[in-house]
Amino acid sequence: MRTIGLEDIEDIALGSSLLGSGGGGDPYMGKLEAIAAIKEHGPVTVLDVDEVGDEWTVAPICGVGAPSVSLEKGTNGIEYEKVRAMMERMLGAKLDAFLLSEAGGLNSMVPISAAARAGLPLIDADGMGRAFPGIQQDTFTLNGVSTDPFVIADEKGNCTVLYTVDNDWTETIGRAVTSACGGQVITLASPMSGAKMKTSVVVGTLSYAQRLGRVIRTAASAHGESPESFFLRESGAYRFFKGKISDVLRETRDGFNFGRVRLDGIGDDKGSQAVVEFQNENVYAEVDGAIVATVPDLICLVDSETFVPVTTENLKYGKRVLLVGLPCDAAWRTPAGLELAGPRWFGVDVEYRPLEECYAAFAQARRA
Amino acid sequence: MYKLGIDVGGTNTDAVLIDDALQVTAAVKYPTSDDIYGGITGAVDAVLAASGVDPASIGQAMLGTTQCTNAIVERRGLAPIAILRIGAPASVGIPPMVDWADDIAAVAVDSAIIAGGFEYDGSRIAPFDESACRAFFEGVKGKVAAVAVSCVFSTVRNDDELAAARIAREVLGQDVCVSISSEIGSMGLIERENATILNAALHDVARRFTEGFAQSLEERGIVNASVYLSQNDGTLMTIEHARRYPILTIACGPTNSIRGASYLSKTDDAVVIDVGGTTTDLGVLQNGFPRESGIAVTIGGVRTNFRMPDVVSIGLGGGSIVRVGDDGEVTVGPDSVGYRIAERALVFGGDTVTATDVAVRLGLAEVGDVSKVASLDYGVAERAMAVMRAMVEEAIDMMKVSSDDIDVVLVGGGCVILPTDLAGTARCFKPERSGCANAIGSAISKVSGTYEALVDYDAVPREEALRVARAAAVEAAVAAGALPDTVEIVDSEDVPLQYYPGRTNRVKVRAAGDLSC
Repeated sequence: MRTIGLEDIEDIALGSSLLGSGGGGDPYMGKLEAIAAIKEHGPVTVLDVDEVGDEWTVAPICGVGAPSVSLEKGTNGIEYEKVRAMMERMLGAKLDAFLLSEAGGLNSMVPISAAARAGLPLIDADGMGRAFPGIQQDTFTLNGVSTDPFVIADEKGNCTVLYTVDNDWTETIGRAVTSACGGQVITLASPMSGAKMKTSVVVGTLSYAQRLGRVIRTAASAHGESPESFFLRESGAYRFFKGKISDVLRETRDGFNFGRVRLDGIGDDKGSQAVVEFQNENVYAEVDGAIVATVPDLICLVDSETFVPVTTENLKYGKRVLLVGLPCDAAWRTPAGLELAGPRWFGVDVEYRPLEECYAAFAQARRA
Repeated sequence: MYKLGIDVGGTNTDAVLIDDALQVTAAVKYPTSDDIYGGITGAVDAVLAASGVDPASIGQAMLGTTQCTNAIVERRGLAPIAILRIGAPASVGIPPMVDWADDIAAVAVDSAIIAGGFEYDGSRIAPFDESACRAFFEGVKGKVAAVAVSCVFSTVRNDDELAAARIAREVLGQDVCVSISSEIGSMGLIERENATILNAALHDVARRFTEGFAQSLEERGIVNASVYLSQNDGTLMTIEHARRYPILTIACGPTNSIRGASYLSKTDDAVVIDVGGTTTDLGVLQNGFPRESGIAVTIGGVRTNFRMPDVVSIGLGGGSIVRVGDDGEVTVGPDSVGYRIAERALVFGGDTVTATDVAVRLGLAEVGDVSKVASLDYGVAERAMAVMRAMVEEAIDMMKVSSDDIDVVLVGGGCVILPTDLAGTARCFKPERSGCANAIGSAISKVSGTYEALVDYDAVPREEALRVARAAAVEAAVAAGALPDTVEIVDSEDVPLQYYPGRTNRVKVRAAGDLSC
């Protein structure tokens, strides 16, 4: 057991935006809200997965909606008590702890505010180990946890509960409710026992985000080596390419932001080209026409000097970036995991190969 | 009529005079004084003397200043203010100034979040709570002379901010300074509110420097000039507007420098290379304006909604130290003799081989005593130049957005060290008077207008939305004082809203034109 105080927020936010792999929304507003919640209610208690009782009732909490809307509206704070009270009413039982739905981006911060305001402990685990575009694309769905009851609250105090026939319908109806509420809501769903949680999560992702954030923050002052090699070694990221953004194509379909970004190589990669396709999050990366990484592994673009992650919304012509990959959780590499979040789910007709293998092949081809 | 451009820097105050044909008539440097006015009047006197121009024939005077930035960073001269935010029940989870340092947050006497504000499509979040607004201002009566008002989605609709401003004047008197966030612009409530709060706190500083500047000019006989201040985005605002929105002047220096280089080289699209003594900064001119980075301007620890120009710095300057390793490898920098170049470089009789010595040895530059570099091995000089060239060429390559050759403009005191035949470049300019690029950038600035909105392309087709946005931006530029015939669209972007059904896009267009005389 440990606590999260004001001094931990910055690193978690920074690291979580790397885990967002291009999506998940800028954690800035979530960070401010977490600061406000901790200032008002004190530090948040964080539990390791094995500190949670098997008989506990726990549920993941997150924000759903458009990050651009959140940048204006923020939250009220009342949402957390609303969803908790409604969940307990639906279950007829008390909730013992929150966990994270999504460790990537803005949703790394929401549970911290929620735990502070609702006075519950927060479990150091999430349902993705990154960010994904779909509500249903989580390890809870993979492990047969129903989203029922899916509780939604907005800043006005409106509360909606969804019982759906499957988790895909939760996504469809949930989006419509979010839109009607003005573009951003807080959701608490997928309640489960402590025992079920232990086998249905990506473990330790809050701490992982904090560690990554510290690496990014301290890379510039690395001693005895270049900031880039410090960043790569300490984060465990695989480096594929360094380039400047020469083209960004965007299009929206069905509430998702599709697009591709082209990079022209700089430094050692001069003369080469890379392409990253995204659907909110980065979906696959190509270097000189060959695919080098795909979902569900994490494909990230970071500033080539500061290593601060660049979200797909902030891709700008001329920006200089490093293309890196981080391995996803093993749950996503199973047949069921790949069906839910593999390349083909995103419409990319290739066989998934784990990042480590992709990198070995890439590095070998580069040497040849 | 002439234009007078003044840039108050940390070390020097620069002044330039530009004639009707936009030619530089005179350019001078004068030491900046503690009260800044001594520096300004000194520079004005010097530029008038150097040019022989009649002060009464100056029609426009432009000032670029770091007064506001300094006041915020040093927490000096900031006035007590009241902060009102409209938007409850939204945004209540993030109170104003939640991540500000205590010493600067102390400017706020009181703050409140009251009901009102808008959704992204302009529909109401809640009715505007007029009585709460009135009660809040009653509560701070006699304690503040300035208020900051922000509102959720006021960039979409500013009705509530205007209503609150009216009530503030009713309650606190007509002389109260009211800053409203929609005048500062751009999406992102907290960053916009932060800038609005700083703006309100600067009202006293703003009054003093605008009055001081106007007075300095008048004392020098410059009585027929319209007076303008440089803004962060490379355009101008009137002195009246600057007095109400001083925050818009922050971080205008780098922007003016890049725009001045644009003017001197008569090019609108180029990489600008500013070579100093220790480092070289590269920025990109696009349509006559610096390319923006995604990095927010943070002043005194407060994040604002302004964006910095995209600049890359490399460790190469006129004073960079050149060394030959045991293996014969030649290195340049990153350490430099800095301002001591005048005593340590070979050409000035010193004992350190610098980048400047290399350029002189190779006949690229004439600085100091050429005979003093005769001892420098020509082969070493050639290899050092190859290193310097490679450093700059790589940096140029980083800044370019296409593989086509691009124009480059070399400015700054150290730019003599670089050759003009750099790889990847089309034309290469080394304009005269590049040392005063900031003041020139200030003098030749345009005025602009911006329009930003969230638009659902299913309701309003993209072409239609962009047409409306362009027209609104042009109208705003004209309202700011631009000659209608000269107004051009300088920036246009539309970005889809993420994680949101439908095809809602954030549309942002900026137009700029020449000042009417």
